[in-house]
Amino acid sequence: MDTTTLVVATLLKLVFVLAIILTFAPVLIWAERRQSAMLQDRLGPVRAAIPVPERFHGRVRTMLRFGSLFHFALAAVSAVVVLFTVGRAVYLTATDSGQPFADPVAVGLGDATLTVTGTALFWWGVVLFGVSYVAAKALRYGFETFRGNITIFGLLHPLADAVKFMFKEDFVPPKADKFLHALAPILTVVTAIATFAVIPFADTLYLDYAGEVIPASGHIAGPRVPMQVASINVGILFVFAIAGTGVVGAAIAGYSSDNKYSLLGGLRAAGQMVSYEVTLGLTLVGCFMIYGSLLLEDMVRWQQEHVWGFLVQPVAAILYLAAAIAETKRVPFDLPEGESELAGGYLTEYSGMKFGMFFMGEFVEVIVLSALATTLFFGGYDVPFLERNGFALELGSAIYVAEVPHWGVIALQMLSFTVKLALLIWLQLQIRWTLPRFRYDQVMAVCWKYILPLSLLNILVTGIVILLVG
Amino acid sequence: MAKLIPKPGRTFAEQSYIPEIAKGLGVTTRRFMKNVFGKDKEIVTISYPEETYEYPDRFRGIHRLTHRVDGSPRCVACLCCSTACPAQCIYIEAAEYEPGDPRYGYERYPKAFVIDELRCIFCGYCVEACPCDAIRMDSGLHMPPSANRADFIYDRETLMSIPGKDGTYQTANPRHEPGDPTHPGVDRERGH
Repeated sequence: MDTTTLVVATLLKLVFVLAIILTFAPVLIWAERRQSAMLQDRLGPVRAAIPVPERFHGRVRTMLRFGSLFHFALAAVSAVVVLFTVGRAVYLTATDSGQPFADPVAVGLGDATLTVTGTALFWWGVVLFGVSYVAAKALRYGFETFRGNITIFGLLHPLADAVKFMFKEDFVPPKADKFLHALAPILTVVTAIATFAVIPFADTLYLDYAGEVIPASGHIAGPRVPMQVASINVGILFVFAIAGTGVVGAAIAGYSSDNKYSLLGGLRAAGQMVSYEVTLGLTLVGCFMIYGSLLLEDMVRWQQEHVWGFLVQPVAAILYLAAAIAETKRVPFDLPEGESELAGGYLTEYSGMKFGMFFMGEFVEVIVLSALATTLFFGGYDVPFLERNGFALELGSAIYVAEVPHWGVIALQMLSFTVKLALLIWLQLQIRWTLPRFRYDQVMAVCWKYILPLSLLNILVTGIVILLVG
Repeated sequence: MAKLIPKPGRTFAEQSYIPEIAKGLGVTTRRFMKNVFGKDKEIVTISYPEETYEYPDRFRGIHRLTHRVDGSPRCVACLCCSTACPAQCIYIEAAEYEPGDPRYGYERYPKAFVIDELRCIFCGYCVEACPCDAIRMDSGLHMPPSANRADFIYDRETLMSIPGKDGTYQTANPRHEPGDPTHPGVDRERGH
């Protein structure tokens, strides 16, 4: 593969990862608030809005109405296309007069006839149906609830927050260590984002065959793009190393603020994060033993071939989740912030965008640790029954395959990864709004007295089982 | 003999925390699902000001001066309301009708009727004190905000321009003018 392709591919992957992080983080801030509101029977923040002048109200309503109708029509058409291809496949199979999906279909009128394969038609139909149906529903909701303001379900709140953060005074305490005070938020955000580099979000992409259906197994020649920013041979150890650096950010913030509350918060953060760093690593050792690799892409492949990780390592999954929440310093482990006793903990002396960066860092950590949990325990980008050549169902000795082009497989895997990620993040937020805060001694007790021994026991049992089973 | 009440202990399931977390998550998730996807949402807050709550009938909004059938104020300038007012926010200047006016000698009218709405504490005593049903707080309106203090000094015309919640300027109580057969008091023709 030549250098240009490599550079372009890497840049594209970076864009995808940054898009995930930088869209998920503000969306998370929104989701957290709306979620808490919903489970407390409140409406939540929905007031941030782009006001529409009175004389455009009618026009906006009409646009929403027609947009919704248009998308419904589009969804109907694509549903017909999908049904047509399926029906044709059934007909072709029944009469045994051709390949069910691969045979080309002539589309169009007269001279403008286009010939496409049934497979392409089917998958484009499915994609179009999904997108237009969701768009239609959203526009219809917008039409029904439009009252002169464009609010987008309150999604403008994070935007308003960002604007507010930027224009706020950036206060630095007079006797603070100015350099360290400015360095701490940067360290927090950068380390949080850097962790995402090794997490694979789809299978290897073969550039030459992107539009074709590739065989289920065997070596494929030509340029290949692994769908992760960096494939490092230390794999998950990189995650631990970088996440360990995150402690420094919080500790420095507490130390440099020239404030006793900040210092206490920083100390708490350092103690808690170092402790949970240990347990976080140990809970995952059982997984490495089973997967037999430190590379995250290998772990996903193992899960694709066998079963998802949480079925073979259920204890590790639960312990990891607990340790991960403690590592992100969020409720019920948010002692370093501890606003009831420490004002704001290590965040006390931060304002404006520096505070915003800590906030971002925290949410990015949530995303990263959820992504890690997805990769380790929930099959990563794996879609059940989706092989390299399409959906394959094995019944006895017969294998039924619904072929999917290579780009479709990659897109489905990315989608699956994103959906799993979103669900895990939802779970973390739900936990955050369900459980009350621990006492600090309880945090330490949970770590050293329960999670650590249990994870050691898990390693022992895993080892015994591996030896017995072979 | 004191009765010893055993301290409620914790079962192993409670002590191990995980089942209890699952239970708690169940409660919050049920709530979440109900309010996001459910048909009968139980959200109690509203998106003010696009939506507003229905105020109770006896809500005390800004004052209004009710009209007679001929459009003049019902107020007879008896000063009961300004006397009753604990905030002393009502200023009334009473005046006599012209001689020859059928009301001359029976009642007076307010030449000026001014309420300082910034002083008003919305206690409703003026409404209670009024013998003529001339001042009411049934407009159902909040005080409109303003950056200017002078905008909160409501004079007679302003107070008379505010309709009741039902949109009318009069009240349901009929007015018995002197000379009407229904007039309950003393008048010139009937004497004592």
